[in-house]
Amino acid sequence: MAAVSLRDVKKSYTPELQVIHGVNMEIKDGEFIVILGPSGCGKSTLLRMVAGLETISGGEIVIGERVVNNLEPKDRDIAMVFQNYALYPHMSVFDNMAYGLRIRGLSKEEIDKRVQKAAEILELKKFLDRRPRALSGGQRQRVAMGRAIVREPQVFLFDEPLSNLDAKLRVQMRGELQALHRRLGTTSLFVTHDQVEAMTLAQRMIVMNAGRAEQIGAPLEVYARPASTFVAGFIGSPPMNLIPKDGKLLGVRPEHLEPCAESEAMLTLEVDLIEPLGADTLVYGHIGDGASTRIAARLPADRPAQAGKLAVRYAPSNAHWFDPASGRRIES
Amino acid sequence: MVENRRWLTILSHAILILGVLAIAFPLWVTFVASTHSLEAIMQVPMPLMPGDQLFENYSQVLTAGTNTGSKAAVAQMLVNSTVMALVIPLGKMAISIIASFAIVYFRFPGRMFFFWMIFVTLMLPVEVRIIPTLQVITDLKLNNTYAGLTIPLIASATATFLFRQFFMTIPDELAEAARVDGASPMRFFWDVLIPLSKTTMAALFVIQFIYGWNQYLWPLLVATDESMYTTVIGIKRMIVGSDAANEWNLIMATAILAMLPPALVVMLMQKWFVKGLVETEK
Repeated sequence: MAAVSLRDVKKSYTPELQVIHGVNMEIKDGEFIVILGPSGCGKSTLLRMVAGLETISGGEIVIGERVVNNLEPKDRDIAMVFQNYALYPHMSVFDNMAYGLRIRGLSKEEIDKRVQKAAEILELKKFLDRRPRALSGGQRQRVAMGRAIVREPQVFLFDEPLSNLDAKLRVQMRGELQALHRRLGTTSLFVTHDQVEAMTLAQRMIVMNAGRAEQIGAPLEVYARPASTFVAGFIGSPPMNLIPKDGKLLGVRPEHLEPCAESEAMLTLEVDLIEPLGADTLVYGHIGDGASTRIAARLPADRPAQAGKLAVRYAPSNAHWFDPASGRRIES
Repeated sequence: MVENRRWLTILSHAILILGVLAIAFPLWVTFVASTHSLEAIMQVPMPLMPGDQLFENYSQVLTAGTNTGSKAAVAQMLVNSTVMALVIPLGKMAISIIASFAIVYFRFPGRMFFFWMIFVTLMLPVEVRIIPTLQVITDLKLNNTYAGLTIPLIASATATFLFRQFFMTIPDELAEAARVDGASPMRFFWDVLIPLSKTTMAALFVIQFIYGWNQYLWPLLVATDESMYTTVIGIKRMIVGSDAANEWNLIMATAILAMLPPALVVMLMQKWFVKGLVETEK
């Protein structure tokens, strides 16, 4: 296990085309870090740079004590789980896990011991003789993780490993990943575009946008104090409402809006869409400011919502303010 | 067909049976002719049932060729044909698979240029470049050698192209996973690419075996010595001048012998062959 440092890490394919614009982060030993962002934001590129599958155009990546910029992936002491698992189709589950160990020249007994142990942890013992083709998606995912575990690396790298699974399996694998991390305590970097995965798995997360780290912090901290309008709009479903007010942007989460008497109204919605979800009800509408800003409010399910005007208010402590030009948070 | 009408079924079967007969009848005549004496098959009409000379005819051509035409033993020709039909596909595959590996998995200056150079040679089959090629082989004194018979036919854009297309269907992550596992490029080649290419190789082998076995023009020019005749050339050399002078029973026996190995290869490798053409193991 090891700490990982990203120091002003940059990536450009040509002088004009820069995709990572200098990312800084200190990852503590044993931490579970999620890199979150929309597609094309450079999150996978950043991970692949840590893995050594992409060259580093600027800055340094340090794993443990070593600067790994010019090391081959095999010398970086990392293991990677790919989105499509990338299992060797012609090898059995056992051989898939053992392949890297054989190349490293470990003894037969040691390989057998490590693979059996990983198979035990991941409940793959029954399938060791099977080919990947004969496994379900979730089992293949586990084999891919097993291949990473047996190497006993300093750092695990996950590149959207759950996105090829169906929704139910994804929730289950998420839980297994968490349990695995608790058990092994290996430093992990996990790339995803799914905010639920990020919120549930991360000890800390990096929200990336267009090759920049918009915000780095613990999930709830990021949720509670988004550093920019991008983060405010990306995390939370529905996202934070952003309303132009007094030359600034006011941000309020849908769940912080509560219905009130018209006399106390801080905002008045022209309701045009109601989505009852059971646990609560989402109400969408415009506010009459001429700019037709669209607003969402999360109301308790026991309050029947109806079309027409809806007066809402929010506690001032739940209001966030952003600079409309830069999109950055204005600290009050 | 969606409809299930009796007369349609009968009609389609009739057409298919006619087609089979049209292809099978000449083969049957060839076989029948190879089992009779020369006098018997020269009668009109020719017998359509096998005669009693099967053993005599085949043992004669295998050991001593014909009496009036070429006297080279067909056994030696079968050996020559086999060598040619094995060396060509194996050589082609060995060269093409490495060439495609380089083109697909490595970035080097002129990569696309070399790919297109290989691709362009598709337009230059043996027949087009036969005179300069013959000159080269003659200057190198490779006439009447296995090297002279096979090397000019080994260069192959088709196989390179086929392997390239196959490699491009293998997900990049597989190569990256192998890299993270610590496999060197050649290790990845042997441990992952070769096993995955098995079915493609089998399909290619069948096609190229038949291609090598059926070569006519090139061995006709290069194999002028009796000991280097291939079976196909052997048939040609047995036919001398006028129709009456040819021992058709022996020639037909040789023709049957020439047809058997490719047929056997296709039958034995059919399962792999079809798999290689239609399915990729991923």
